[in-house]
Amino acid sequence: MNLTKEQVEKIAYLARLGLNDAEIEKFSDQLTGILDYVDMLNEVDTENVDPTSQVTGLESVMEEDEVIDYVEDKSRLLEASNLPKEARQILVKSIFND
Amino acid sequence: MIENYTIKQLIDGYSEGSFSSTEVTKQYLERLKKLNPEYNVFVNVSEDLALEQAAKADKAMEAGDFSGLMGIPMGLKDVFCTEGIETTACSNMLRGYVPPFNAPVVQDLFDAGAVCLGKTNTDEFTCGVSTETSCFGVTKNPYDVTKVPGGSGGGSAAAVPLNFGVFAMGTDTGGSIRQPASFCNGVGMKVTYGRVPRSGVISMASSLDTIGHNTKTVEDAALVLDITAGTHRMDQTTPQEEVRSYTDYIGKDISGLKIGLPKEYFNDSVDDEVRELIMDAVKVLESKGVIVKEVSLPNTKYGVAAYYIISPSEVSANMARYDGIRYGALPDTDINDLEEQYLKTRGLGFGDEMKRRIMIGTYALSSGYYDAYYLKAQKVRTVLIQEFEEVFKDVDVLMGPVSPFPAFGIGEKVSDPVSMYVADALTIPSSLAGIPGISVPAGFTKAGLPVGLHIMAPQFEEGLLFQFGSAYESETEFWKQVPSV
Repeated sequence: MNLTKEQVEKIAYLARLGLNDAEIEKFSDQLTGILDYVDMLNEVDTENVDPTSQVTGLESVMEEDEVIDYVEDKSRLLEASNLPKEARQILVKSIFND
Repeated sequence: MIENYTIKQLIDGYSEGSFSSTEVTKQYLERLKKLNPEYNVFVNVSEDLALEQAAKADKAMEAGDFSGLMGIPMGLKDVFCTEGIETTACSNMLRGYVPPFNAPVVQDLFDAGAVCLGKTNTDEFTCGVSTETSCFGVTKNPYDVTKVPGGSGGGSAAAVPLNFGVFAMGTDTGGSIRQPASFCNGVGMKVTYGRVPRSGVISMASSLDTIGHNTKTVEDAALVLDITAGTHRMDQTTPQEEVRSYTDYIGKDISGLKIGLPKEYFNDSVDDEVRELIMDAVKVLESKGVIVKEVSLPNTKYGVAAYYIISPSEVSANMARYDGIRYGALPDTDINDLEEQYLKTRGLGFGDEMKRRIMIGTYALSSGYYDAYYLKAQKVRTVLIQEFEEVFKDVDVLMGPVSPFPAFGIGEKVSDPVSMYVADALTIPSSLAGIPGISVPAGFTKAGLPVGLHIMAPQFEEGLLFQFGSAYESETEFWKQVPSV
């Protein structure tokens, strides 16, 4: 599986990673190397094998619907962001372009 | 020069009144401040908190309380959220992030009297096997400063033989506690998935991440797990399994029990010297009356491949939260809209290894490739789990080397990710199966580099690891060979 520069650009955009040209060049080689390596998984017969997404057999763990004050002073949560705040909210850049 | 104290020795010293926690803590802090610049083990020293906690422990001990980890200085891998103390995951993305809370496991340790000396170095977001991807630079191996300490938890592993604290907390997703422990001559404890609550510890790959620790001795590892094991409502992946008294397994007779040696863990991919040291270790246990049996885990070689689909997929999802708003904001320059903010923040904030993993995961989870990569890897994971279940019908524990080779040179593997990834070839399969494992010092190569014995047990059978580990350690005591600094 050879990843082209265009594919790497597309994947990087999907993951919202801004990459420069040198990075795209480097990563297309390295990611191709990784994908070549993992290709060996096709040697394993997984016919009729169920996929595993978790290992200890837990299902639908239920929780009482009650509020716990993990951080009592909510302003401290806002303080963890470096962005400007207004009216107890984080001020972000505009979402829509002109 | 500080003594090579274990947790047990410090507790004994405290209860005999030989010294106070404040005295001991000051000695560790002094040593740390003097030697850390050379080794880059701690990325942040929390002197004020340490002295405050030591004073509190001294008060408790004056009142006769010598329980738990009272007055014991420790390091925390820089992914454990600590209230009021910067927690960065050694990523530029989180520089300046000061959590407003303690992770529950950190709170448990503090409540048990542990003294926090600071935060230890790790690969960025725990993604790496050498600590070279840290935004603070690599940690030096205490036994050879030209070598890596292993990773991701190279800081926590190196802290122990250097006596920068008595123990250090870590996380193990594919080997990040055990492999650096083996490179640094320490005990590295990886628990069953879900045995220790993960809430408040920065996530890497959520179906694999576990919380464990680096200690000098197997007994110390049991002492720490006695505090950290359990369930917590903030982590719904912690099953209601009985928490044992792990220290009860220290020194317990092993005669008549069965060790399985998976032949795939001793094949040509393993250095000759490493294989010989591990076989020597097996002989030590044989002399104590255990039965040794060769077994087979035929799909071991597919572990790394399955892991490098499953784990990057989960990494790519977990890293989506680093969007430059809640975390990782850049200085307000030349950014016009939100999309540009995402692209710039993430492009500048993440290092190369994070970018590789995020992109592999994004690709493996994307429409059209999901079945071929992610689903296939999840099925191979099932095959590996079934293999372990099968051999554990026959033997009590499995043993092999922790890593196929000892510590490698700094910079040696940086440009070839796959050559780096195989350092975890012998720890990854057990991580995929969610079973516990421990690394115990097993001697040194001719070049003086430490090698670790890996013991693995069925889920929630951590006790067996302490039982076998302490039996081996009592005959060898390699942990006493610390670097002369």
